[in-house]
Parts: sequence; structure tokens; C-alpha cells
Amino acid sequence: MTELPLYTEHHPRWIRRRVSTYWWLGRGSYLVFILRELSSIFVAWFVLYLLLLVRRIGQGEGAYEYFLAWSARPLVLSLNVLSLFFVVFHAVTWFNLAPKAMVVHVGHTRVPGVLIAASNYGAWVVASAIVFWFVLGG
Amino acid sequence: MPTSSTLKRPIEPLLWLMFSAGGVLSALVMPSLIVVFGVAVPFGWVPAPPYDHLLGLVRHPLVRLGLFGLCMLSLFHWAHRFRYTLYDGLQIKHLNEVIEGLCYGGAVVGSLAAAYLLLQL
Amino acid sequence: MGKSADRITLQVARYRPEQDVAPSFQEYEVPCPKDWVVLDGLNYVKDRLDGTLSYRWSCRMGICGSCGMTVNGEPKLTCATFLTDYAPGPVRVEPLRNFPIVRDLIVEIGDFMRKLVTVKPWIVRTAEKPLSEGAYRQTPQELEEYKQFSMCINCMLCYAACPIYGLDPHFIGPAAIALAQRYNLDNRDEGNAERLQILSQHEGIWGCTFVGECTKVCPKHVDPAGAIQRYKLDASVEWLKSFFMPRGA
Repeated sequence: MTELPLYTEHHPRWIRRRVSTYWWLGRGSYLVFILRELSSIFVAWFVLYLLLLVRRIGQGEGAYEYFLAWSARPLVLSLNVLSLFFVVFHAVTWFNLAPKAMVVHVGHTRVPGVLIAASNYGAWVVASAIVFWFVLGG
Repeated sequence: MPTSSTLKRPIEPLLWLMFSAGGVLSALVMPSLIVVFGVAVPFGWVPAPPYDHLLGLVRHPLVRLGLFGLCMLSLFHWAHRFRYTLYDGLQIKHLNEVIEGLCYGGAVVGSLAAAYLLLQL
Repeated sequence: MGKSADRITLQVARYRPEQDVAPSFQEYEVPCPKDWVVLDGLNYVKDRLDGTLSYRWSCRMGICGSCGMTVNGEPKLTCATFLTDYAPGPVRVEPLRNFPIVRDLIVEIGDFMRKLVTVKPWIVRTAEKPLSEGAYRQTPQELEEYKQFSMCINCMLCYAACPIYGLDPHFIGPAAIALAQRYNLDNRDEGNAERLQILSQHEGIWGCTFVGECTKVCPKHVDPAGAIQRYKLDASVEWLKSFFMPRGA
């Protein structure tokens, strides 16, 4: 299957087209897919950012203040604003696609995918509220 | 078609499960964290949480556990997704082992760093 | 009679291996009545304009899966794609992507055929029910479980749309996995474990990164992407079970 024989009457010469390195630019949905996959980079960045914060907190109040000042620097701030867009994009695409993998039955009937997605969004609201409450409140 | 080299890949389900768990956790919790620590506080929209409050919060064993889980699973989520993006997007399959080593290795290193930082608080 | 309203130009990919080194395009002007599909245009070309044009077709009603081609960059069944949707044209007709081109619009589909067999797309049972016990009975809900995946007509538009299959021809592909699911989810079948062996390879379900294009182009709404993601979860749960529970007989 991999070798290319010469053309003869009984062994036709097949054309195999090679996929371009820029295949993902050829279609809107491919580009959206790649952007969705690249959102994971921003997820990893924010893990690093969180760990830097934890490190500074462990080093004392002065270090924490230093971190706050650093986080307000234009470069860091723009990176985090961009990260917010990508992480929200990740969350939305994730919750919309989750019903495909999670098929839930109640008795013999299948729970509609829309309900599964809705409960994911509901969990998102609750989790966010908890974060805001504990971090900003009290 | 499966070849003998691919029959030795029973690790894939575990990697996928970690990728999924990381995807769920990061989707649920990261946006609000970024809003607070990445955008709202630096922009001055909300006052920064007082140091003592954050220290107490982060020292709580459940919060430490939660943060570790978030960091470790989010890193494995990145590792798995990024590995496939490099594999498919750049078509550099011949560097397969290198990519996997860097991605999952990076996730392991990051998780260890998270554990260390969270434990020594 | 106006020219532009009822004629349309087809730009058809030609490749004759006995004389060509690479594919090229040839233009044909065909009538464009409002009920004509691209396949009607191709048949007009073959009957009246150029009898050397080669392409596959059969039922012309969207059930045999033979006439899949790339129309203006999209994988389509040419029997289900109306010419007037592309007016004023031209309409570019090329062979299905991600498959080797044999001649003109004909692609080599042996790869899919071989992969399909490996997932055992038939009812697998350890013991057949004796005839005296009568037919298998299924409730409507039991039928619903797998009915969507049984709609596959093997047209391979999903393989043409899948970038992973294009990049890695070893990938078993959307339709094969969807058809495996059709049997896995059929309660008459007992072959889950056997199919899992093949599908849990790297080029089985784990090669899929859920691009979702396969579901978008499927003319029978099979949703292979959904079948694959569901199988990933099922396979992972099976794997976890095999860790914590002894392997059953």
C-alpha cells in the first residue's frame, strides 16, 4: 500500500495528496479547533501564575505586595486578559461538548444533552460564586 | 491498523481521564480566579484581598488539596492537549517521544513544584 | 431563454494515470434545472459531452454511499447537492479528500474497507439463540440506543473531513468507530471486549482529538464524533475497572 508502482494496465498509479502544514488555516472550523486546543497553553500559564502567587504569599506580606505590583505591569496584565478570553473559550467549548461523552440514563430514557450542558453551566456559576465569596468576601 | 508498537499503549485511558478531569476543573474554577487575581485586582476594580486573609485561606488543608488538584490536573490537561496539537498541527510525528517527554514531564515537574510550594506554606 | 439562469459550469478534476502525471481541471457547461443535483450534471457530461469521465454513483438517492466527492471544497454526496445552490457557479468537483486518487473522481477506499472489518461490525455472541426460542425482541428504547449509529451508509465523507485521518492514515477513523458503537450499544451483541482490543490502540479512539468535522458533514446525522467521545469515556471506565476488579470470565 505504501509503495508507488509504475502505471500498468492492472496497477494504476494512484495520486496521494500530502496534507499541508497549514491545513488548519483552510477552514474556519479547523482554525477554531486549533484555537481551542491552544487555550491549554493559557491554562498552563495560569497554573504558573497561581504558583507564583502562592510562593509570594509563603514569603511574607512584603513579597505579596511585590506580586500585586508585578501583576499590574502592562505585559503581565495583557497576558492575563488574553488568558481570561482563552480560558472562558475553553470552558464554553468544554461544557457544550460534554454531553457528547456523558450519556446519562434515568431509568430507560436518556437525559437530553441540553440538560447536561445546562447543569455544567450551573456548576460553573456555583463554583465561581464560591471562589468570589471565599477570596473577596470575609 | 494496530501495530505491535501501539499495542503497548494501555496508559492512554489514564492520560485521557486526567486530561478530562483537568479540563473540567480548569473550566469550572479558573475563569473566576483569573478574573480576581489576573484582572480585577491588578486593574484596581476590587481591593486586593488582605494578606492575612489569603494566608489563612491558602493554609487551610482543603484549600491546599484543592489547589494542588487544580494545578496538577490542569497541567496534565495542557500536556495531553498540547502533545496532540504538536503531533497533528505541526506534523512532527518523528519527534513523538521527545514531545511526550517534554509535555508529560513538564506536567510532572510542575505538579511537584506545586506540591512543594503548597506544603511549605 | 437566458443563458446564465439555466446553465452552469462544472470544473471537474481529471486524472488519467496512463497519460497524466498530476490531476488537472476540465470545464463543462451543463443545464441547471432547479431539481438537478451535481450527479445529474456529471451524468449529463458523461452522456453528452465527454464519455471518458469516470466517477462512482449508484442509487442517486442518498442510501448507497457511492457518490461522495468534494464539491467547492466540501465533502458532499453529489446525489444530494443541488446545482442551483451554487448558481451562478462555477461548481468545482474533485475527488474525496484524504484518499488516493485512482482516476478522475474515483478514490481508492480499500483502507476504510479493511479497517471496517477489524471492528467486527456484526452481532457477536458467545452462543446463538436456538431457532426454537424465536426472534430477539427489543423495546423501542433499546433500539434507540444504537439506531442513530446504524444509519451510516459508508459514504466516507467523515474520513474526507477528518484532519486527523488526513495527517495519519493509520487512524481507524470516524465511521469505523461509529459502526463499532452501533454494535456495542445493541443489547443483542456481546462483543464489546473484542472490539475494545482493537479500538483502544493509539490509532483507535485515542487518535481522535474531537475536531467534530465528521459529525458536521455526515449526510445521515450519525454523529460519529459523539460515538467516539462516548467510547473514550466507556473505555476509560473499563480500564479503571480492570485495575480495581479482577478480570471476569
